[in-house]
Amino acid sequence: MSKKSFRQAINEALRQEMRRDPRVILMGEDVAGGRGGTSGVKDAWGGVLGVTKGLLTEFGEDRVLDTPISEASYIGAAAGAAATGLRPVAELMFVDFVGCCLDQIMNQAAKFRYMFGGKARTPLVIRAMYGAGFNAAAQHSQALYPLFTHIPGLKVVVPSSPYEAKGLLIEAIRDDDPVIFLENKVMYDDEEDVPDDPYTIPFGEANLTREGDDVTIVAFGRMVKFANEAADRLAKDGISCTVIDPRTTSPLDTGTILDCVTDTGRLVIVDESSPRCNLATDVAALVAEEAFDALKAPIRRVCPPHTPVPFATVLENLYVPSVEKIEAAVRAVASYRVKEEA
Amino acid sequence: MQIARDILLSSYRSMRTIREFEERLHVEFATGEIPGFVHLYCGEEASGVGVCSHLTEKDTIASTHRGHGHCIAKGVGVDGMMAEIYGRQTGVCRGKGGSMHIADLSLGMLGANGIVGGGPPLICGAALSHKILKDGAVAIAFYGDGASNEGSTLESLNLATVWNIPAVFVVEDNGYGEATGSSYACAGNQKDRAAGFGMPYFECDGNDFFAVYQAAGEAISHARNGNGPAMLHVHLARWYGHFEGDAMTYRADNEVAKLRAEHDCLVNFRKRVTEAGLLDASALNDLDTAVKSEIDAAVAAAKAAPLPDEADLLKDVYVSY
Repeated sequence: MSKKSFRQAINEALRQEMRRDPRVILMGEDVAGGRGGTSGVKDAWGGVLGVTKGLLTEFGEDRVLDTPISEASYIGAAAGAAATGLRPVAELMFVDFVGCCLDQIMNQAAKFRYMFGGKARTPLVIRAMYGAGFNAAAQHSQALYPLFTHIPGLKVVVPSSPYEAKGLLIEAIRDDDPVIFLENKVMYDDEEDVPDDPYTIPFGEANLTREGDDVTIVAFGRMVKFANEAADRLAKDGISCTVIDPRTTSPLDTGTILDCVTDTGRLVIVDESSPRCNLATDVAALVAEEAFDALKAPIRRVCPPHTPVPFATVLENLYVPSVEKIEAAVRAVASYRVKEEA
Repeated sequence: MQIARDILLSSYRSMRTIREFEERLHVEFATGEIPGFVHLYCGEEASGVGVCSHLTEKDTIASTHRGHGHCIAKGVGVDGMMAEIYGRQTGVCRGKGGSMHIADLSLGMLGANGIVGGGPPLICGAALSHKILKDGAVAIAFYGDGASNEGSTLESLNLATVWNIPAVFVVEDNGYGEATGSSYACAGNQKDRAAGFGMPYFECDGNDFFAVYQAAGEAISHARNGNGPAMLHVHLARWYGHFEGDAMTYRADNEVAKLRAEHDCLVNFRKRVTEAGLLDASALNDLDTAVKSEIDAAVAAAKAAPLPDEADLLKDVYVSY
């Protein structure tokens, strides 16, 4: 056990799985970098933010494949390779680039097993960065996990910390279905204790990062950290919160969410993705259908506005759900009282 | 070019099976019993068979939504295919794929595909698997002149060359992408596209099995020997519409009649092998009879087969969930 960053945790998961299974290969734009350059430096980048650094040196060019900037072909190739005996981990760099290769994910990889009557296995992982906070603006900052969650046949992972990232990525690589693994780019330098040995965290099992009596907060990815900070502040005022990190949006641990809401009767959902048809609406619908009687207050969603992600820092800060907004939403549901009928 | 007698016989049988399968579907579709869309391969048989005659089960192919011929040429059984097209539980995809998604990965058939240009990227991946797993196999993307204009296809030509993988890109150029002529929709030509990506180009008359067999053999050998990808451009024509029910108002009145009369790959094949004394007509007639009964039986079995049950709806979305 030692302190590792989110970046190191992901790198270690890839390295350990590539050592374990020769069928695991990496591909993507500049996952090594440097081929064809004039410096002769190999592994020049190791991923645009250095997440795959050093893997070329250990595993060589046959297993760490740089691709042209050509998402439709190499994401499709990853799907085809997965269906024919390899276990590719393809890096899509920024998840926003899915616009260039959605067919290969949505119509091909996700549907092989069902369309082919259960005869296909597609053990594919697509890693991509998501999230605002880097001033990367509208085409490099989206949180598109609802898009993938919507598609039957895909599994979708949104890790919330270095520990979570390592265990969930190893699980993803060993999984026999196509998995979309989304890394919040703002979190790469976050550190915490992460075991040195490989371990897995099962999909569809939510993690309760804290338990309380008054309000349930469901949060995804980076928002788990924000929710916990809000809960720390609220605890000082005597409002105790349960914070649920679902870990995976597909499958979704609906049982844990319903159990916690049944206990607290009050629910706030924090989701960094655009507010229409996102995970917050999905969880709100679930609770409205299945736990209506337990609710003591209207469900509150803390989401960005229905706009593209803006560039300027002042606007981007307004865009992303904040600890303050989460805190205000929790206070609102905690103080809500049903009006007495006249 | 010498072709062994058993290959000639099996190739003829495959072509005849495709023809019978498709002609029968044309008739059966008109009765309204077959759900969905059906895209027939009649007239193009020599292409799929001429290419697949060089392949084994270890090799991978990806097809198009005009995929029945490729499936049969790669060895997928007609009983399972027919049942699939009828939406039956006994279908090769348990009635959940239909005509446009027939696949059998155990035979290296990576699926017909409902998306134009869907196959070439997948074939880059299959070719990568063959290269990394060092199994000596090749991967073949069949696609039409329409799909040759998809970005996914053009990207795949580039990627296959960059990765130096054993892929062969087979353009089945039947002159139409749906109802639009390739003379309108394809800029430049396929030969220059291959050259633009630095891969060898082979071209053949798709009505002539022997021409396809020869050219495909060269393209596949190039890839199989580790020299990287190749393109095979097959000139052919479809005898039916884009899909069944297409009135083909974009084709001249006598176009198909002329094709049937003058460019029938099966007639061409018979003429050549009998005149050269390679096979005798009676052996071919026997195959024709056998194939006809096989298709009759497949249709009868499909019609009698059970429909999927309610539980099938939820099965096989995931390996585990």
